Amino acid sequence: MREILQILEKDARTTPDEIARMLGMTSKAVSGAIKKMEKDGVILKYKTIVNKEIECDDESRVRALIEIKVTPQKNLGFESVAERIYKFPEVASCYLMSGTYDLLVVVEGKNIHAVASFVSEKLAPMEHVRGTVTHFILKKYKEDGDILQQFEKSKRQAITL
Amino acid sequence: MRISKAAQQIPPSGIRVFFDLVLGMKDVISLGVGEPDFVTPWNIRERAIYSLEQGYTSYTSNKGMIELRVAVSKHLKRKYGLDYDPEEEILITVGVSEGMDLSFRAIVDRGDKILVPEPYYVCYGPMTTLCGGKPVFIKTDPSKGFKITAKDINKSCDKKTKGIILNYPNNPTGASYSGSEIKSLAGAIKKNDLIAISDEIYCDLTYDSPHVPIATLPGMKERTIYLNGFSKAFAMTGWRIGYACGPKDIIAAMTKIHQYTMMCVPITSQMAALEALKPGDRSVDEMKKEYRRRREFTVSRLNEIGLSCHKPEGAFYAFPSIKKTGLKSMDFARLLLEKEKVAVVPGTAFGSSGEGYLRISYASNMDKLKEAFIRIERFLSSRPKGGAI
Repeated sequence: MREILQILEKDARTTPDEIARMLGMTSKAVSGAIKKMEKDGVILKYKTIVNKEIECDDESRVRALIEIKVTPQKNLGFESVAERIYKFPEVASCYLMSGTYDLLVVVEGKNIHAVASFVSEKLAPMEHVRGTVTHFILKKYKEDGDILQQFEKSKRQAITL
Repeated sequence: MRISKAAQQIPPSGIRVFFDLVLGMKDVISLGVGEPDFVTPWNIRERAIYSLEQGYTSYTSNKGMIELRVAVSKHLKRKYGLDYDPEEEILITVGVSEGMDLSFRAIVDRGDKILVPEPYYVCYGPMTTLCGGKPVFIKTDPSKGFKITAKDINKSCDKKTKGIILNYPNNPTGASYSGSEIKSLAGAIKKNDLIAISDEIYCDLTYDSPHVPIATLPGMKERTIYLNGFSKAFAMTGWRIGYACGPKDIIAAMTKIHQYTMMCVPITSQMAALEALKPGDRSVDEMKKEYRRRREFTVSRLNEIGLSCHKPEGAFYAFPSIKKTGLKSMDFARLLLEKEKVAVVPGTAFGSSGEGYLRISYASNMDKLKEAFIRIERFLSSRPKGGAI
C-alpha cells in the first residue's frame, strides 16, 4: 500500500499496470488497493501542479500567510474557531501552530485588496480572534518539494560505459 | 614509430564510432548511461562549495586526508564489520578506475595472468595488457546468471595466474553473488593462491540479498584489494573519487605509484566525500528503492516484448538477449538508434561473449523508460519475422 502511494505521489498518472510491474504485483491487486484507498479517503483526489511562476495571467491570484491569535474555547479548544475559518473558500490551507500564534492560514485572493478586505472584514473581527498578522507572498521558489524556478536539464552525456 | 608498443596493443574501441553517432543525434532517449540520473545530494555539494569559500584549495597528503581515511574505515566497519587501518591500509584514489590501474601496476609482472569474468567492464582487459599481463577471460552466460563458479576458477588457473578481477554487482550484466556463492569463489581463490581485485562500486545497489564483500570472508582480507567509491551510491561520478583498501604491502606499493602519477585526489572532492560518509544519510535508501522499481519495470517489459532477460540482482543494468531477432548487437543498437532514437549499448562493448546482448541502463526516470519501451516494441514489431537486416 505504502509503496503504491509513494509512486502515485510522485506521478498520479502512473497506471495500475505500470505500478504492478514496478512492484511485482498483479494489475488487479494494484487497482483494488487504489480503489480501497480512494474509498477510505486515504487518497483524497488527483490534482495537477501548475507552475504559476511561468503561467501568469489575469486569472492568477495572490497569496498571503496570516498568523492568527485565538482565544481557545472551553471543551472545544481551537477547533470551533478553526472550522469557522477554514470553511471560507478564500482559505487555501489552515494549520494549528505551536509558538507565538495559534492558527496559520493561507489565504488566496484576486489581488492584495481582496485579501486585505477578507482579513479585515472576515477574519480579524471574528469572535475569539485576538489579532492577525498578514504576510504577502512575493515569489515562490519551491513548493511541496517541487522547485518552481527552472527545469534542471540533465548534464549527463547521452552514453557512457 | 612514435606510438609505444604498449599503447598500440590496446585494441581500438569499436564502440567509439557508435557513441559518436549517439552524441551527434538530437532528442535521443538514452538507456546507455552508466551513471545515476540523480545529481549529487545538495548537502554534499554545499559542503564542497563551503570548503572552497574557506580556501581549501591545496594538495592533501598523498594517501588522502586522514579525516577522510578514518571516515572510510569507520564506514566499512559499520557497514560490513571490515577492519582497515586508516594509516596504512586505505588509499583515496581518483575513482575506482585509478584504484584498478594502481592494483595492476602494483601486482602484475610481465607474463602474469589475470582472470577476468566476461562480459566485463571495459578497462579490465586493456589495463592488464598495459602492465605486461595477460587477461584470461572466463565466459559466462544467462544460464548461470552471468556468474562464474569455483570450478571455472580452478579450470582457468595455471602457474602464471596471479589474480582475479571480481566486479559485483556487475556492469554490464547486473549479476551479483550471494553470500554462499562468494564464499565458494573465495575457496577457489585461496586454493589457487590468487589475489582478488574486487570492484564493488555498485555494492549499495543490490535488491535481493545483502552485499557481502569478499574481503569479509576468512582468509580473504590479506589477499584482496577492495575497490570502492562514491560515484554510484552518492551520484558523484564527476567528482572522481574512490578508495582502495588492502594489505599494507600492496597499499604501500600502490601509494608509491599514486604519489608520482596523481599526487592526491582533488581536495574539493575529498571534502565532499567526507560529507557523503556522515552516518544517518538516508538518500542512498531512497535512491535504491527507486532503482528497484525501475528494475522490475524494465525486466518485465523486456520479457514481454520478447527480449528475454534474466533478472539482474544489482547495479542499474539489464542485459537482455536479442538473439531471437537474428541481429548482431551492434546492428541492433544502430538500427534502433536510427529508427526510434533510443540509445542502448551493444553487449560486444564488454567482450566477445556480449554478442547477442544489449546493456540497458535503467538509471533513467520512469517517463523516459516507459517511452523507450514503447519505441523498442514498435521497432521489434516493424521488423520482418525471422529476417536479418
